[in-house]
Amino acid sequence: MQITLRHPTRTTEISGPRTVDSLLKKLELNRESVIVIRSGTIVPGDAPLQDSDEIEIRPVISGGFA
Amino acid sequence: MKCRVCREPAIIDIKRHNANFCAEHFIRLCHDQVAKAIKSFSMFEPNDRILVAVSGGKDSLALWDILRRLGYDADGLYVGLGIGDYSDESGNHTRAFAQERGYTLHEVDLLREYGYDVPHGSKAAKRTPCSACGLSKRHIFDSTALSLGYDVLATGHNLDDEAAVLFGNVLRWQTDYLGRQLPVLPAADGFPKKVKPLVRLAEREMAAYCVMQGIDYQIDECPMSAGNKHIGYKEALNDIEATSPGSKHAFYFEFLAKASHHFRVGADELRTELEPCVSCGSPTPVETCSFCRLIERATAAQPVRFVSRRDKTGHSQTAEAQT
Repeated sequence: MQITLRHPTRTTEISGPRTVDSLLKKLELNRESVIVIRSGTIVPGDAPLQDSDEIEIRPVISGGFA
Repeated sequence: MKCRVCREPAIIDIKRHNANFCAEHFIRLCHDQVAKAIKSFSMFEPNDRILVAVSGGKDSLALWDILRRLGYDADGLYVGLGIGDYSDESGNHTRAFAQERGYTLHEVDLLREYGYDVPHGSKAAKRTPCSACGLSKRHIFDSTALSLGYDVLATGHNLDDEAAVLFGNVLRWQTDYLGRQLPVLPAADGFPKKVKPLVRLAEREMAAYCVMQGIDYQIDECPMSAGNKHIGYKEALNDIEATSPGSKHAFYFEFLAKASHHFRVGADELRTELEPCVSCGSPTPVETCSFCRLIERATAAQPVRFVSRRDKTGHSQTAEAQT
């Protein structure tokens, strides 16, 4: 599946199927620090992701007052 | 995963609540948590006029959205910081949000109004960019809220923000700061009442709220915040939260319940010892306030363009974009 990451914006390919939690573990990302979006919708940790999915992993930590 | 409320498929899991929610019930949770914070901390009343400090980021836009959906009379205030493309995009997100919804947005541009921007001004004044930015925004938020007659100034500080600031203040035992770290600061001479209605919601929830509500916010991080200690504190707390859900909430809310009153006396005394700044009239412990000294240093080192400094009331020269 194609993964878009931010800060800086970049893409990478990760093989599926796998769950959101498994994907984040592979990328060594903390669930608390990101949201995962598929087709414009948030997906929870146990959601199965397929090779055909386009996924955005968006960081949520901001540096100061927002 | 199923929604705790309706048992339909969930789209978000919130470990500290040990619960999952569908989109509809997650949105309701966010609204309920804000309403609970407003009520439990007596932030404001239904007829109060609220000025929301908006940056174009997820938290402030979500806050504005939620307050309006809860029926409050809430307008926005955006401060143009002059941080290149980042500020341009942040302003665009904010204006689009306000315009699409027909909300009133006030704008103050640092360069146009005061003659400096954050990148150049902080360098000239020998301050870190975050320090110059924070000082500028605090002054403009306070003076604008007062001059335009708002009852309260609301900021988008969320649970992660408050826990991270608390963490930093405890690490160095900054007792005067600890005494002021409250979800509500009452109005005083030269200060509006200030409230933080998002303190019961985490940063991740605010990002999710924006995605679900179709709020197009500034995703990129401020380019000047690289190496910011605050971000490091948040990452450290999130590592703890991942293995011990609820830690951030307990850290902050137990501080409020059990410890913050120990630090309040000193902080209150500091606030009562202030005198009007000889230049702008804002409260200050010295003759000229930090903001006016920042302007002086920042503008001395760079050409001043389109400057229209405010008078002491700030009324007549506020840049305002009615949308």
